[in-house]
Amino acid sequence: MSATNSDQSVTDDRVARIASSIRVIPDFPKPGIMFQDITTMLLDPVAFKDTIDLFVERYREKDISVVAGVEARGFIFGPPIALALGAKFVPIRKPNKLPGAVISEEYSLEYGTDKMEMHVGAVQTGERVLIIDDLIATGGTLAAAIKLLERVGANVVECACVIELADLKGRDHLGDKPVFVLVSST
Amino acid sequence: MSSADRISAIKSSLRVIPNFPKPGIMFQDITTLLLDPKVFKDTVDLFIERYKNENISVVAGIEARGFLFGPSIALAIGAKFVPLRKPKKLPGEVISEKYILEYGSDCLEMHVGAVKSGDRALIVDDLIATGGTVCAAMNLVERAGAEVVECACVIEVPKLKGRERLKSCGIPLYALVES
Repeated sequence: MSATNSDQSVTDDRVARIASSIRVIPDFPKPGIMFQDITTMLLDPVAFKDTIDLFVERYREKDISVVAGVEARGFIFGPPIALALGAKFVPIRKPNKLPGAVISEEYSLEYGTDKMEMHVGAVQTGERVLIIDDLIATGGTLAAAIKLLERVGANVVECACVIELADLKGRDHLGDKPVFVLVSST
Repeated sequence: MSSADRISAIKSSLRVIPNFPKPGIMFQDITTLLLDPKVFKDTVDLFIERYKNENISVVAGIEARGFLFGPSIALAIGAKFVPLRKPKKLPGEVISEKYILEYGSDCLEMHVGAVKSGDRALIVDDLIATGGTVCAAMNLVERAGAEVVECACVIEVPKLKGRERLKSCGIPLYALVES
């Protein structure tokens, strides 16, 4: 696994430690998939702190007013980033989890479809939003999250993930939206 | 700002949604707290102030809303964060604990090796109701050989007696607001 950045050639010692703290579990959730497990990084307080710091350093001068985190692993990284940036945190959830009025966006899976939801009123028109998830694979989930936020008139500044599965070319799914990742895995 | 003032603002930031997820339940919605950066920061700070000198080595957060609060606490106090998840979400080797619901049962899982003998653990969730889920979480952590120091929640629902249930297992509860 190499430690790279999407749009600059910055290498950072912290990224090497983060990359090596991530564990790969073969054949999960099904045969042939090499699952990138970030829970081992959460067991290393230095690596976890460095992960958050790297995101905060990138976004602190970018006037981000909303950090939107995709359930459930986006809930682990999003809130600490939101707190450090002084931004709102908005959870993007599986269907029927959020109480009250929601908007929904359906998206394709390998087989079938799924849906994600966000609260009505959580994000205002024109707000500058960062979307967080632990990993980008095909980009289907992030593309749906971008659509949800754009439907309420938000400006999605960037998507940020700890890991990118480069071979799956998730970036191509996101149109003109940039993606920032700490670790690229092939 | 005093604790009392911060807690008052936290309580006011919560939203109650009637009849969710089913008729008769007054659902305590913490998402409105997350939309107020100052109140969210105060919430996390109150927990950090309480635990930073308690030698906590593990913060175990219950999926999914425990993930919203637990990691920030863990980061500030230098502890490991351990997610406790619904079945089949965690890859690799897990231990499972079954618990009883009003109708039927559910299961909570934790990674083997995440928590070690000698760890001092905090269990975090957004809300405690009957205490069933928290007790399952506590059992997982204790089975791994660690000590559960306390359970920390934003909201307690006193009429559901979660505090008493935890007390009978020897675990104190710290909650910021009562519903």
